Amino acid sequence: MAKYKNYVVAQSLEEAYALNAKKSSVIVAGNMWLRMCGLNKQTAIDLSALGLDRIEETEDAFVIGSMAVLRSLETHEALNAAFGGVFRDALAPIVGTQFRNTATVGGSVYSRFGFSDVSALLLALHAQVLLYKRGAVSLSDYQKETWDRDIITHIRIPKGQRAAVRSVRVSETDIPVLVCAASVSGEGLRLVLGARPARAQIVAEHLAPDCGEETFEEIAAKTAFGGNLRASEAYRRKIAPVLMMRAAKACREVAQK
Amino acid sequence: MNIEFVLNGRRVSAAADADDSLYKVLRGLGMYSVKCGCETTNCGLCTVHMDGRAVLSCSVPAARCAGHEITTLEGMQEEARRLGACLAGEGAEQCGYCAPGLMMNVFALAKENPHATDAEIDAFLAGNLCRCSGYVSQRKAIKTYLGMVCGEVRA
Repeated sequence: MAKYKNYVVAQSLEEAYALNAKKSSVIVAGNMWLRMCGLNKQTAIDLSALGLDRIEETEDAFVIGSMAVLRSLETHEALNAAFGGVFRDALAPIVGTQFRNTATVGGSVYSRFGFSDVSALLLALHAQVLLYKRGAVSLSDYQKETWDRDIITHIRIPKGQRAAVRSVRVSETDIPVLVCAASVSGEGLRLVLGARPARAQIVAEHLAPDCGEETFEEIAAKTAFGGNLRASEAYRRKIAPVLMMRAAKACREVAQK
Repeated sequence: MNIEFVLNGRRVSAAADADDSLYKVLRGLGMYSVKCGCETTNCGLCTVHMDGRAVLSCSVPAARCAGHEITTLEGMQEEARRLGACLAGEGAEQCGYCAPGLMMNVFALAKENPHATDAEIDAFLAGNLCRCSGYVSQRKAIKTYLGMVCGEVRA
């Protein structure tokens, strides 16, 4: 279990950033995974007093605070209406209601978990990560970076897209064996594969929304997969085209509504 | 550090280390309904309400609770009796170890969606594991309880 000497509820982002500049500090978001990592840190920094748990709608985007819990995304009516209900469908299989009442979107994005449903969905939705010092960075770039000391304040998701997610799990509410998120926007169809079991990755974009089965086979052949306790590399490679096909089909259906 | 929060409607103060979980502090305050099962945020045994939302107390840092309202089963005795009677009526329990966590999540469901369908009940309670019951009789009992909450008879 994680060990901390001090616990500081930050009163400003400036204070949190200054504290987090030290490698002996760590930001505590939902504390679901962090607490099990066996960390030994001097200072735990809590962002829960900074009002970063809100979901705001602007003319062209939704801006989600990094401390917003997954359950609030799942149940947010405007957010789900704008993206065809994908947050409700994609987040509901994650463990249980109580878990999603505590796990935060910022914690998922910062950690770049190799099993993340959240990162896969947000990547499909062309999300941007808003960082306290660096400003806006595309999630696709952020996913490739190593962990730094900057603080995620918000996630921005542009409107005008529809998305769908399909996953395979050994048992319901477990970590996915493989997850595929698809989105359709003015730029065409984007496909993301997560739980490969490496970090979620955009495996295709600018595709025609009605592309054929052979396209998914080709994408799977070019994508790197791995094996772990949940499934072998060969199993993931085999089911990937099917998941992509189903996610793309579901996405087209949502887009037509 | 010292944390002040509202526990079951009463303001309390508790000593806690920086890395203590809410679960540990609640047990220290004599809230023995709060059980620790998996300690990996999967089983739901440690469920309590924080500002009315069901959360897993094994993962909530105790220090984060300062100024918040925490409710455990000890603070919902009347509701616990009603739901407990429904569970007993359906033979929905054997060891009962998971019951406090299950009940706290059922209360959250009753508040959020008292007209929940079978599928909605299953989805809402997916994070409450029980190794005895097989869930079918639990669901029957929960439907009966939700019916009592809504003033309806539910088969």
